[in-house]
Order: sequence, then structure tokens, then C-alpha cells
Amino acid sequence: MYGYSVFSILRNGLSGQKHWPLAWRAPSPKSNYDVVIVGGGGHGLATAFYLAENHGIRNIAVVEKGYIGGGNVGRNTTIVRSNYLLDGNTHFYEFSLKLWENLSRTLNYNVMFSQRGQLVAAHSPDQLDGFSHRANVMRLNGIDAEVLDRDEVRRMAPYFDYSETARFPIYGAHWQSRAGTARHDAVAWGYARAADAHGVDIIQNCEVTGFIRQGERIVGVETTRGKIGAGRVGLAVAGHTSTLGRKAGLELPIESHILQAFVTEPIKPLVHQTVAYGADHFYVSQSDKGGLVFGGALDGYNSYAQRGNLGIVRDVAEAAVALMPCISRLRILRHWGGVMDMTPDASPIMCPTPIDGLYLNGGWCYGGFKATPASGWCFAHTLATGAPHPLIAAYGLDRFRTGRTIDEAGIGPFAWLQ
Amino acid sequence: MLQIKCPCCGPRDHDEFRYAGDASVGRPAHTDADFERWYRYVFVRENPAGAHREYWQHVMGCRQWLIVERNTVNHTILSVNFSRGTPA
Repeated sequence: MYGYSVFSILRNGLSGQKHWPLAWRAPSPKSNYDVVIVGGGGHGLATAFYLAENHGIRNIAVVEKGYIGGGNVGRNTTIVRSNYLLDGNTHFYEFSLKLWENLSRTLNYNVMFSQRGQLVAAHSPDQLDGFSHRANVMRLNGIDAEVLDRDEVRRMAPYFDYSETARFPIYGAHWQSRAGTARHDAVAWGYARAADAHGVDIIQNCEVTGFIRQGERIVGVETTRGKIGAGRVGLAVAGHTSTLGRKAGLELPIESHILQAFVTEPIKPLVHQTVAYGADHFYVSQSDKGGLVFGGALDGYNSYAQRGNLGIVRDVAEAAVALMPCISRLRILRHWGGVMDMTPDASPIMCPTPIDGLYLNGGWCYGGFKATPASGWCFAHTLATGAPHPLIAAYGLDRFRTGRTIDEAGIGPFAWLQ
Repeated sequence: MLQIKCPCCGPRDHDEFRYAGDASVGRPAHTDADFERWYRYVFVRENPAGAHREYWQHVMGCRQWLIVERNTVNHTILSVNFSRGTPA
């Protein structure tokens, strides 16, 4: 791989930036691979990278129907954190955060990971008690967490509404200092480049239309660029897992829903952490260009359209101004929607499937970005060994049958409410 | 906003309604002891990209439960009917 370093920047700067090699190739599909990964998003590309890096499997294709980075890896609000409460989630997301901390070095690609911390505001004494519970669980699991009182929150985020007339008063906050943000496109590009350097074929504009079977076993995929044989097939197609799963014969507890995100015009530095509102769905961080990047709740009805509804734009703006009245005059530059695989407990599904040769990585709901490195790591293990990695043992498809759902919010089996 | 033509109240914005999911899922009889059928009723969803039959309740209006047939790709509403009389 052509290494990126201060010297390569100097060398190419002095020669007019004309000699940078392509970051990855554009190969035509071969007739057969050891592993075919369907979906060239963050998770699919990370899986390919770790299959090569950790397991020495290099005869791999990542098949993407559009272009890499065009799906949810490029549509999220880039927040990375590991403040989970329940067994099954805590260690998985903490492992992911640890991989994030070294990711730029691992990939030789600056993913601009910035550990600016995450502040989740508490708006009642009971909510603060709940956050203390969460913080204690995290600390017992060796994860950093603090509970802040109102004065400490005020020092960190003086722009919240602390007035007598605040819609929801601020009692304190949950704080994780190692949380942060990353440049989401760079994550896709970094994994693509590093996987390509290991010989992985990244095949874009190639849609999987069906599966090739030999008896009961899946032995390849049919695509818009011909048939591709595969020793094992991994699905990592956020938002469209049901559609492809159905073609393979899988029945899944998944609904597709829209989640929107927004960015405002750029302003001077204001939001120094990532911030979440405890009284409604609103979370925000400030990009390096100065825009406030924020999001809210699901649109609330099944949808495969990558665009959102104005009702949610209004709801999110109301929540934003209730917490931060100073941004009420800011203009929104863009908003967009991504299609989420919503599961009945808002936790992912990652496991071998009942169909021989087919492995599933989906159901990430609205939390897939932060999981990208650990998802790739654990799914690569699953594809290489045929058995789930211990960190994802709780994410099996059978948990809905056995009653071992991981429902962080305690909402019950209603995907659109999660 | 989606506009849902409520058979009682006429066309209304969808935020007057509460969404309640896939209406094509049939609930097993209370006497049914088959685990697999209950599992499928609670968890498994067809999740089509296209026409989808779904429950909406007009909570801010007549409070009637409706079955709306809607396209999940372009959000066109194909039909709206009362759900009463249809087995849940």
C-alpha cells in the first residue's frame, strides 16, 4: 500500500499533487471468492479488512449496489460512544471504542476521531438517578463514566437554557469523556483502502439480485454483473436486510424505518462536546467546518425512501430550541434520511443463519456507526470460523425465540417506537 | 406530512394519527398453544418495499382504528378503511 505520511504529503505537494495513486482499485468480479460480503458500507468494508488482517483470508469480494460510503455510513451524525447499560451491549461497544482509539493508525488513514466527550442532560432528579445507575454499570464494566451536577453542566455547556422558564429544567448530566465523533466518509474510505491493499476486491455498482444454491447451501450470489461463487456469503446491507434476507429464504424480525439528520450553516465554536437532550430526541455535535450536526427520532412508519418528513423536522427543531435557545435563528443547510433496519429490541443481529453458507450482520437500528470497527472485527471472526465471536454471542437471531432480547429502552417489540 | 383520508374526518396530516404497525399479521387464537405461531405474530415482519397494510389510529380526531395501504418506497397512500370487522 502507498503509505500516507507527512513525507508523502510534502513529496506530492512539491510535484503538483499529480502523482497520488488511486486509493483502491476498481476490479471486475472474479468467478469465485472464499468470502463474498454483500454491502460496501462501513460494516462490510471493515469485515473485509479484518478478515484479511486478523484471519489471513484475502480472496474476498465486497459487492456494493451503489458506491461505497453512499449508504448509512455517510448518513449518520458521526457520534461514537459506549454508554450502554445491558450485558451483551456494554463490552461490545467498549471494544469498539477501543478500536476507534487506534483506528487512524491501524488504517494509515486519518478518520479524524475526536474524543470530545458526550454529555447527556438529565431533566429530573429521577432521570439523574437513572443516569447514576447507568454510570455505575459502566464503571463496574471498566468503562469511563461520570455523573455531573447542574453547576458542572453549566460550566461545560453554558448555552443550555438554565432559566426559570426552561421547558425542562437541567438537574445534571451523564458524561463519558472518551466518547466523540469521527469523519464518517473517512471511515468508509480508510477501510476500503486498507482492505484493497490486502487484495480485497471492492466491486461497486453491482447489485445482488439473488443467491446461488447447491442443495440447501448458498454457494454464491447472482448480481447485475454476473454470477459470483462464494465459500461463504456475509450480508451487511443496513436498511435492506429484509429484502435480501427474503431472497435467501430468511424470515426476520426487522422493519425498515427512516431516520433523519440535519446540518446548519457554520458558526464559530459553540458545542465543544457531543450533546444529547434527555427530555426528547435531540443530539448534536459541531463539525470541524462549524455546522451543527444533529438528529432526532425516527419518522415513525415503515419506509424505504431515503428522505424524511417535515413533521420530524419541526419536532427536532422544537427540541433543539428548548435545550439551546441561542440557536433559534440558525438556518438549516441540509437534511437527509437513511433507511434503518429496526429490530424489536433496538439491538443488532449478527450471527450465522439457519441457511448453510449465509451469515447475517444487520438490524443496527440507528446505532451502527459507532459499532463499525467491532462489527467488522466480530463478523470477520464469525465468517472465518463459522461461529459467533464471544462479544456478539448475545446478538443471535434466536434471542427473540428464547426471550433474551436486549431492549436498552425497555419499550417492547415495536420497532417504530424503539 | 402524509395526508391520510380518514373515513370519518376527511384528509388529515399523519401526525394526528398514531402508527401501529403491520396489519397483515394475524393474531393466533388465545387457545392456540403453538409457540412458533406466537413468535411469528410478535416478532416476524414481512417488511415489504412496496405496498404495506398498516394500522393507524386517529388519536387526535375520531379515535377510529384504520387500515391504511401505503407504498413504503414512495409513500403513496393506496387505500384507507376502518379496521373494525377485520380480525386483528
